[in-house]
Amino acid sequence: MIIALNGKRTNVKFRTAFEVRRELGNKTDIVILNGFQIDTDCELSENDTLAVIPKGCMPDRDELESMMMARHTPNVHNKLKEGRVAIAGLGGLGSNIAVMLARIGVGHLFLVDFDMVEPSNLNRQSYYISHLGMEKTAALKVQLKEINPFITVETRTVRVTEDNVCELFGDYSIICEAFDKPEAKSMLVNTVLERLPGSKIVAASGMAGYESSNIIKTVRRMKGFYLCGDFENGAGIGQGLMAPRVQICAGHQANMILRLLLGIEDI
Amino acid sequence: MMKVNGTYTELTVKQSLQDYLVSQNYDISRIAVELNGEIVPKATYSQVMLGNGDTLEIVRFVGGG
Repeated sequence: MIIALNGKRTNVKFRTAFEVRRELGNKTDIVILNGFQIDTDCELSENDTLAVIPKGCMPDRDELESMMMARHTPNVHNKLKEGRVAIAGLGGLGSNIAVMLARIGVGHLFLVDFDMVEPSNLNRQSYYISHLGMEKTAALKVQLKEINPFITVETRTVRVTEDNVCELFGDYSIICEAFDKPEAKSMLVNTVLERLPGSKIVAASGMAGYESSNIIKTVRRMKGFYLCGDFENGAGIGQGLMAPRVQICAGHQANMILRLLLGIEDI
Repeated sequence: MMKVNGTYTELTVKQSLQDYLVSQNYDISRIAVELNGEIVPKATYSQVMLGNGDTLEIVRFVGGG
């Protein structure tokens, strides 16, 4: 029977997943069958994807990619690997969204921000002390390489304005709005909807403070325009941005982007 | 009658989109507007006249990210 074993098409004579482990690995190895880690033995079928992963050792590059892929749902992975997403703004939303999209294996990310990492970012954004003073584009690129070296990451350190939206994002069919200022959010959403009718934009509004998690949602407000947030709670004096709700909102945006990459346009 | 964000609203005076938005206290720099399924370019808000039967979607952005 032919299966994909640790990323390589292999002819195996074993009937079950654990027989493969017994023969090729040892008892503590993790076994992942078609994207799911199994604790009880399962019979193998033709064309199954099986990974047997030893704990705590560093595999070589080819093996590493197949082991990382092992947890992805098989058919989903190939679509995501071909996916291309642009993220405008790398603050609390954009940096966390980029990390999530890298983890799920989106093949190409385009990251745009003009700013540097500074101490007040660390309360909610995906940066560390060691990144202070670096451009956010560069600091994020370093992290993404550590998370998933098998995707391409392109960056531009520039302020997004009405005049460069088409030049920056014209090649992207999925654009993520992840700015902080409401005027910038409005500018990008309006410009994309007016001038890039073939693109979809996934934006955010309302995630400050510590109101209930459950009022943050995803809606489709217009053709090609998805909006995540509670739509009310803006950042302002007396209501700061805090990691939990910012990340919940980032999760909404990342999941909507994932759905779009898989061809699902419903919210 | 005009439909605004899903709710039917009486249009009492003939007015431009710009005037309507200002009368409803929208900050023009923080919104996006769709009229009858099409995005309205901001530069044209004052030329677009609203009429009965129109469907408006107005999205207001608040800060934070």
